[in-house]
Amino acid sequence: MTADFVRHATEQPEHWPVQSQKQYDWNRENISIEIKNHRQEDFEKAPMHVAVLTYLGFGIVTLFGYFRDFLRAVGLEKRNLAQEREEQKEFVPLYQDFENFYTRNLYMRVRDNWNRPLCSLPGPVIDLMERVSDDYNWTFRLTGRTIHNVINMGSYNYLGFAENTADYLETVADKARHYGVGVCSTRQETGTLDIHVELEYLVARFLGVESSMVFGMGFATNSMNIPALVGKGCLILSDELNHTSLILGARLSGATIKVFKHNDMVHLEKELRDSICSGQPRTHRPWRKILIMVEGIYSMEGSVVRLPELIALKKRYKACLYLDEAHSIGAVGPGGRGVTELFGVNPADVDVMMGTFTKSFGAAGGYIAGKKELVDYLRSRSHSAMYTSSMSPPIAEQIIRAIKCITGHDGSTEGIRRIRQLAENTRYFRAKVKKMGFIIYGNDDSPVVPILLYMPGKVVAFAREMLERKIAVVVVGFPATPITEARARFCMSAAHTKDMLDEVLHHLDEVGDPDGEGDS
Amino acid sequence: MASGQQWVLVEMVQALYEAPSYHLILEGILILWIIRLLFSKTYRLHETNKLTEKEKEDLIEEWQPEPLAPTISKDSPYITYDVVTGPPSHKIIINGKECINFASFNFLGLLDNERVKQKALSSLKKYGVGTCGPRGFYGTFGTLALISLYFVFRDEAACFSIQKGLQASRSFIKYFKHNDMHDLERLLQEQELEDQQNPRKARVTRKFIVVEGLYINTADICPLPELVKLKYKYKVRIFLEESMSFGVLGEHGRGVTEHFGVKIEDIDLISANMENSVASIGGFCCGRSFVIDHQRLSGQGYCFSASLPPMLAAAAIEALSIMQENPDIFTVLRKKCTYVYKELQGIPGLKLVGMQFAPALHLQLEKSSGSRESDMQMLRSIVDYCMERQVALTLARYLEKEERYPPPPSIRVVVTIEQTEEDILKAKSCIQEAALTLLK
Repeated sequence: MTADFVRHATEQPEHWPVQSQKQYDWNRENISIEIKNHRQEDFEKAPMHVAVLTYLGFGIVTLFGYFRDFLRAVGLEKRNLAQEREEQKEFVPLYQDFENFYTRNLYMRVRDNWNRPLCSLPGPVIDLMERVSDDYNWTFRLTGRTIHNVINMGSYNYLGFAENTADYLETVADKARHYGVGVCSTRQETGTLDIHVELEYLVARFLGVESSMVFGMGFATNSMNIPALVGKGCLILSDELNHTSLILGARLSGATIKVFKHNDMVHLEKELRDSICSGQPRTHRPWRKILIMVEGIYSMEGSVVRLPELIALKKRYKACLYLDEAHSIGAVGPGGRGVTELFGVNPADVDVMMGTFTKSFGAAGGYIAGKKELVDYLRSRSHSAMYTSSMSPPIAEQIIRAIKCITGHDGSTEGIRRIRQLAENTRYFRAKVKKMGFIIYGNDDSPVVPILLYMPGKVVAFAREMLERKIAVVVVGFPATPITEARARFCMSAAHTKDMLDEVLHHLDEVGDPDGEGDS
Repeated sequence: MASGQQWVLVEMVQALYEAPSYHLILEGILILWIIRLLFSKTYRLHETNKLTEKEKEDLIEEWQPEPLAPTISKDSPYITYDVVTGPPSHKIIINGKECINFASFNFLGLLDNERVKQKALSSLKKYGVGTCGPRGFYGTFGTLALISLYFVFRDEAACFSIQKGLQASRSFIKYFKHNDMHDLERLLQEQELEDQQNPRKARVTRKFIVVEGLYINTADICPLPELVKLKYKYKVRIFLEESMSFGVLGEHGRGVTEHFGVKIEDIDLISANMENSVASIGGFCCGRSFVIDHQRLSGQGYCFSASLPPMLAAAAIEALSIMQENPDIFTVLRKKCTYVYKELQGIPGLKLVGMQFAPALHLQLEKSSGSRESDMQMLRSIVDYCMERQVALTLARYLEKEERYPPPPSIRVVVTIEQTEEDILKAKSCIQEAALTLLK
């Protein structure tokens, strides 16, 4: 693979590299071997004692929570959450007490680890605004001091485009001066600017497809376009770990949704077979369409979709494939073109390619790309095109600049350098962390590295300790992850230097060992 | 140790001998039953279990799905859209022709404002473009939100985004006729009766009225004081959508609450987008912290979506400062709206829909041809005629199949403070000519 990568990278960057099309023999065995050779994915389960302790921990905190609620009800403890107005006391309460139980008693204790305010751009090194709480996290107070030069392992800045070096941003500033910042109309009315047309053309060429359409918000791209593609009488097969926007889009569409186990092609095939044979629920009429929804890289697990197998399955069963490349576009593949390039798959095989510009391009918004008929249909039926404002012009310019940089169209090799740097950083970091004995999830090529800490208490202590040592990490626990799999997530960036990574690894080692994770 | 175990075993065997026979028989039957249950196949009502492999293969072969995206005819009005070159400001270059802009929602003309642009540029220099993450993960710069509700009374003319938000919330929705307070009261009374019959359920069912300050589809205003009265009488909460009225109504542009002199605390939640008068991108929700704090954790669009780029937030902040510093722009806007409203009355064949101070009005056909398509084509020809003569207008666009109560086809006329009297008179004469020539 390294040889291919180097050859690709040195070949005439001014030409748009052609997608290498490997002719797959749809023999399942070959595909599995291919995947096994290319990349390893591990998902070690929590050891028994850890699982038990985790449940115990949650149980104790819950009991404590009930006790504190009792004290508050009786009046022995002050109620710190905002209360309903006097005039509206007789109204039906807005929140059931239990709904907030988690917020009041668990989340409040630890919420200083999230929503940390920045006062610099979200680059490889950031400045955080120092904030303290005098009342155990109920309210925060900014001290006015700044914590400088914190190494940022939490932002999705894969190719390092979150930067403000003057000459890089010149075109963006120009466009802001020329166009202003807003658009004040929808795409279907007077909101289609020439810069949108240019951007869509570039995105389509970049991905190797016929046509594309861009939207102002990534989340909305999913939630507003899936209902335009499928509706009642259709079937959606969605991966277990799909993002909320995909789930919302699927629910809004009114189609029947079936969930298959994460990346489990056997389960997916079984569901496909059973669904086609039995038809729609109750009436048993044949399904109008079947849409399989997957993501390129799953940000919580760091796993990569098994694309060749999926394409084989979809062709066999005549289903359509919706690929959400929010985290993989720009971050994987020798040319940064996402999982289709990583696996050497023809992008025309993926029916709907969706992605966002927030992560690798340092901008905002999303796109949907594919055949011309599909995109034209979306232009006319997408909820987003009719009712939402189009993308802001300077943001569009940032994406244009980023794409030109990645493909080498701006005349430099900066793009290729960044892609290579990201790949190297990912490999280096993962190898070192594994050697230290931590349990990490996900594919070796994925720039998202989740380190499992399992217990919620550890996760919180970890985040606070790392901040003391000036490293900003993201930690996630229940309910975003399963209850026993709380984790710290590190996001690699092409802007991280080896020194930064070494420092992070050094601190990780120190913080990790006292918790007893030094043993594998 | 071994002897102890043996002793226990002996005791057990003895107990077996001494037990009454019925006891043993019962135990025996129970054990046999358990064994049977353990080994019997789980019974499924699914018919596919009974299909043979060959039958399944045949079904799979035969199944033909619809194409994912049906082909659209080349002359569908939706694919051929107008392209704007450069900024959509007062003088807009649309399809290559420079026109006076009567189509973009740039009510206060803040799109080209130098101060706003400067602030955006300095924010760009400091923060770069994107935020690279959601609010929770080092992305705390800006905001956007979706809300979750329960039992909702909704005005029929409420816009599509409200429809979809409510659909996503999975609440039980009842519609009342547009701006008809009697209809709403009737529904509320019905609900009250139901509540009396089922008090336990009533105690936990939250009720909301969702209205817009200034309706985008009908360009009129909601009767807020009556709504507040109903609110306290029937104990329902009000959610107000102020995308059109924020920065337009009220002495200081604070929206429909200021316009009517209603106390803002009486409204539980106000949401608005910043894409009209504020000339930025994104939206906001405001209310008491009691309501808003809950959204920080449960609002999907807030928690799971990347935050607003700092540049856009900076532009919005500057726009808001400008609005605070010059409250007379609202008076100017209102004067222009009144002028346009007066002038566009009485155009043969077209009727003006909207209120006097609404900045976005609709021109509908007085007599519909019966088919929505031909109505739209007719209106489109009027728009084209005007664009030839350098007046930019647009058709109001809707997803007819998705809207619950699709509004009739219309031309959108937008009033901005940058339009002069000349511009407005020119627009009026263009539209009049177009109507006379094209509408027979």
